[in-house]
Amino acid sequence: MLKMTHLSKAFRTEVVETFALRDISIHVRQGEFVAVTGPSGSGKTTFLNIAGLLETPTGGSYELDGQDVSRLGDDARSRIRNEKIGFIFQAFNLIPDLNVFDNVDVPLRYRGMKGAERKRRIDDALARVGLSARTRHYPAELSGGQQQRVAIARALAGSPRLLLADEPTGNLDTQMARAVMELLEEIHREGATIVMVTHDPELAARAQRNVHVIDGQVVDVGDAEARLAASAVQA
Amino acid sequence: MFRYYAWLAARGLKRNPGLTALMVLAIGIGIGASVTTLTVLQVLSGDPLPGKSDTLFYPQIDPQDSLGYQPGEEPPDVISYLDAKNLLNADRADRQAVMTGGGAAVIPDKPGIDPYLLDLRYTSADFFAMFEVPFLHGSGWTAADDEARARVVVISRRLNDKLFDGGNSMDRNLRLNNQDFRIIGVIDEWRPNPHFYDLNTGNYSDSEEAFVPLETAIQLEMGRNGTMNCFGDERLSPVQALTSGSCMWLQYWVELDSAEKQKDYLNFLTSYSEEQRRLGRFERPVNVRLRSLMQWLDYQKVVPEDVRLQSWIALGFLVVCIVNTVGLMLAKFLRRSNEVAVRRALGAPRASIFSQFLLEAGAVGAAGALLGLALSLLGLAAVRMQPVDYAELAHLNGLMFCAAVLMAVVASLIAGLLPAWQACRVPPALQLKSE
Repeated sequence: MLKMTHLSKAFRTEVVETFALRDISIHVRQGEFVAVTGPSGSGKTTFLNIAGLLETPTGGSYELDGQDVSRLGDDARSRIRNEKIGFIFQAFNLIPDLNVFDNVDVPLRYRGMKGAERKRRIDDALARVGLSARTRHYPAELSGGQQQRVAIARALAGSPRLLLADEPTGNLDTQMARAVMELLEEIHREGATIVMVTHDPELAARAQRNVHVIDGQVVDVGDAEARLAASAVQA
Repeated sequence: MFRYYAWLAARGLKRNPGLTALMVLAIGIGIGASVTTLTVLQVLSGDPLPGKSDTLFYPQIDPQDSLGYQPGEEPPDVISYLDAKNLLNADRADRQAVMTGGGAAVIPDKPGIDPYLLDLRYTSADFFAMFEVPFLHGSGWTAADDEARARVVVISRRLNDKLFDGGNSMDRNLRLNNQDFRIIGVIDEWRPNPHFYDLNTGNYSDSEEAFVPLETAIQLEMGRNGTMNCFGDERLSPVQALTSGSCMWLQYWVELDSAEKQKDYLNFLTSYSEEQRRLGRFERPVNVRLRSLMQWLDYQKVVPEDVRLQSWIALGFLVVCIVNTVGLMLAKFLRRSNEVAVRRALGAPRASIFSQFLLEAGAVGAAGALLGLALSLLGLAAVRMQPVDYAELAHLNGLMFCAAVLMAVVASLIAGLLPAWQACRVPPALQLKSE
């Protein structure tokens, strides 16, 4: 599904070149739930941005769903983002003056779907996250957990091949975080491929596999449960 | 997607209403000022006979003696009766008419209306066909009527309404200066602006209310208006002056429907002047002109300079308004960088973001157009209260209405180009991370 080979991302100025990612190789298979962990500034979000085609790598190659996407133009990357990738952000990133229905509608609009098809997908997605009764509410009228569920519904409405989540519970209290995590697990059980960036070892442990990134390099790729056990022993 | 963008644009207008109002106000005021001044300019500099004017020409010759001659001078604006007769008799144009303004006392048959002075035009037969004068009843007179000094008259619809209650007044008599004139035609509404065929009576004056053959008017010594410039030592009585070759007082127009005929006619004016020089009448070097109607209006500087200046100032003001709107739109659009970043992340190509914001700019323009139109109506009402001869002509017409809407939308699109471009260049990753 997602295959990065010797991929690098450098930010260059006139005097200095800083590597956010350095020669990383990762392979995420169809249907996997992978957690990307690492301390702040390790390059997790840059990895996610490149995985989501929001940024382009400066070296190496990136294949998504069998297609080399590392050198695509802006329009082609937009189309792939729209058709194959769903995003869940830490800050939810709902559009504040659109109601729940219209927020979920945004990616479908750019796919050029007919109104009836869009409505069916939006209703299904909101039903799946348990927000069918809130379609006319605006983001400011919802709790953080509800807003994140709207964001998940928006990510799911387009039936993406890959779901990218950046600290999806980072802005939520424990109870809401647990609910959102359970929702992601349920979505995964239904067959979705999920890549989740988190710095929380407990959340990471709930993924099938962990990728640990430090200073822009993958230092460990391993079984999630083993990693959690190791961290417990160290503690 | 257009409907979606339009829907978003409408929502965008409601967002930050204060900022939106400022932009609409800036565009509206700029458009209002520009449309007001451009409407006045358009009315004043318009083509009085669209579709016809490029075939109408004003010949000028210089028959004067050598006294006071200055090389490079323009020939006089009017010609003498003798030259007018010679040019008419030469019959070298498709149509030709000689004319001047005049006035007479009209003595109405209708009870309750006292005698009053009436503005007249003395002219020759081709006037009506050449200037495409529309007739309600009857027609103009013939060249034979000119020769016969017929007592015939063509009246305006306004005069017909006043004296004959709008009925068909054909073959009824109009009494002018105690002489009866048979009515042979009633002109429908006709007011070419500017009053191109005789600018002595005011650049934007109304058309005359009655038209009489020039030869008849001369024979009856009817009163005339306008300038008369005489030269030479010969002492002439007023009546002699009218028909002499040394007093210039008549306007002369010709119709020439091809470039070749125009060239031929200019050659004819040159050869006529040379012939008159050989005969000893014309003393100055040959000096002829053949200006088209629009060239003639331009030469006569019909449009007041201050009106042109005001238009330039208003357009400059519109540019200032656009620049201000650019700043306001930049502030408004870039405030929504996060929305742009989200839309981009969800699959919106740059072109979609650009279109969305440009349409929003267009919506500001449409609202600005409405405000601008309202302001221009107020502005034109203010112009109509000014003591100038074109005041009553200052009305918003269909052309300027469309121009106002177009100007407003184009102005706001220009104002929206840079902000929309900046908005669509927002890097989504950076914005989403900054949240």
